Amino acid sequence: MNDNNNHNDKIIIKGLNFYYGSKQALYNVTIAVKENEVTALIGPSGCGKTTFLRCLNRMHDLYAGNRYEGEIILDNANILDKGLDLIKLRSKIGMVFQKPTPFPMSVFDNIAFGLKLNGISKKSELAALVEKALKDSALWDEIKDRLNESALSLSGGQQQRLCIARAIAVQPDVILMDEPCSALDPVATAKIEDMMTELKRNYTVVIVTHNMQQAARVSEWTGFFMMGEVKEFDKTQKIFTTPSNQMTEDYITGRFG
Amino acid sequence: MSKRYLMRRVFNCAALSGSLLCAVFGIFFLFWILKDVFSSGIGAMDMAFFTELPSPPGVAGGGLANAIWGTVLITGMATVIGVPAGILAGTYLSEYGRKKRFASVVRFLCDILVSAPSIVIGIFVYAVLVKPFKGFSAVAGALALAIIMLPVVVRTAEEMLKLVPDATREAALALGAPHWKVTLQVVYRGAFRGIITGVMLAVARISGETAPLLFTSFNNAFWNSNITEPTASLTVTIFNYAMGPYDDWHAKAWGGAFIITFTVLFINILSRLLLRGRTGS
Ligand SMILES: Nc1ncnc2c1ncn2[C@@H]1O[C@H](COP(=O)(O)OP(=O)(O)O)[C@@H](O)[C@H]1O
Ligand SMILES: [Mg+2]
Repeated sequence: MNDNNNHNDKIIIKGLNFYYGSKQALYNVTIAVKENEVTALIGPSGCGKTTFLRCLNRMHDLYAGNRYEGEIILDNANILDKGLDLIKLRSKIGMVFQKPTPFPMSVFDNIAFGLKLNGISKKSELAALVEKALKDSALWDEIKDRLNESALSLSGGQQQRLCIARAIAVQPDVILMDEPCSALDPVATAKIEDMMTELKRNYTVVIVTHNMQQAARVSEWTGFFMMGEVKEFDKTQKIFTTPSNQMTEDYITGRFG
Repeated sequence: MSKRYLMRRVFNCAALSGSLLCAVFGIFFLFWILKDVFSSGIGAMDMAFFTELPSPPGVAGGGLANAIWGTVLITGMATVIGVPAGILAGTYLSEYGRKKRFASVVRFLCDILVSAPSIVIGIFVYAVLVKPFKGFSAVAGALALAIIMLPVVVRTAEEMLKLVPDATREAALALGAPHWKVTLQVVYRGAFRGIITGVMLAVARISGETAPLLFTSFNNAFWNSNITEPTASLTVTIFNYAMGPYDDWHAKAWGGAFIITFTVLFINILSRLLLRGRTGS
């Protein structure tokens, strides 16, 4: 592929297989995620998008019996290595979940939680960084008077943006998003899509989405998953105009899925 | 069609009145008890009841200050022993053990212990602590009550911790937080009210226990600040006084029953309010 941009490969996934116990969920996934661009993952439900995303920050390690094969290269190191420091990895790779996951504490403490993990403890510094994260996620004006309220009292859309703010506050290299808008209304969705354009200036974003228009709007690259395999991976524009795989075309034109 | 509808109405009506009757049956006795305890106990309430030692048998006057203090002391010590152990065990079950075999064994044993008669636990502590050290003591009483409250605290702590969604834990771990920090700073915060409620109910439960104390802390007619000596408690005193021949003792026993019953009622109502506050937010 001779694309005319000069973005580096941020994460290179080579021959990734993943197993839930004896059940294989990913088959030989090989793609490269470009730095400072948005990569969208699409495909029918149950095809392995979430499973793939959770390989990138080794979330599967939380549950016994899960197994990876292959390589995921981030900054010249294979993150699937046994001895890898998961805490360090996860502080470099942020994650936003399908449903908002506010912590049962104040709005301020939600964001400060990650900052404190990184050793920031001075009050003034925390306050400044919390404000910055909320401004970066376009939430500041809406909730600057509610910083001491429980995060659980925010609306769903606000909670999700708070989760994004929490993830970017610690300045990871990569942000993984698993259908971040699927539980939100169109207005909240639009706000998050706006954010995404801002985010890719500083971050590499991988987003799973069910929404074709969203993939087309926000991403530079798109991967089409089916039954645990990547059927096609290419520039978003190419995928949505002249896909080379018949299945991709059927899926994005809504013939199945 | 209309016949089936009629049947359904009749059935519905019967089920409704049946359950209503059962509820009334239960509430009736509860209120009867409360009314009797209140009307017979309120008369014993005076300053001396709370500040003075029991007068010699047959002599009117005096109070149950030592027994009130003893109950507070024994229940307090039991709470100090039972609650941390129970919360830690509940934390293990919910945050670390989960589906492990050892965890399910612990759960099973807890469930057995919950339903063990409290007198058996009293005799157990008698055998391992009172007899070898040749003496009843507040410590032994507290240990017996701690064992009684332990499984209750373990299981409620586990249940309350489990109410915190796994996605919340994952989100904290995904930020790079170590497991212990997630438990301490995120999961505990989410489960705090529920656990406090469980602890309060467990305290309410043990503060009314009599049988295990008969074998452990026994009784004492005097002030006692030494926790290795026999110690009076309200429940044991009620037991003794109610069996005794003097009218004044009976009045004092009612007074003790009044204090315990309404304290327990108060704790129960308070824990209800706490839980309601949680669902409200
Ligand atoms: N914890 C799990 N254990 C076993 N199988 C799972 C688990 N999670 C997902 N799967 C299976 O893996 C496949 C991929 O699921 P998932 O990655 O969630 O798909 P998607 O996110 O694309 O909808 C599905 O067949 C699903 O049933
Ligand atoms: Mg999914």
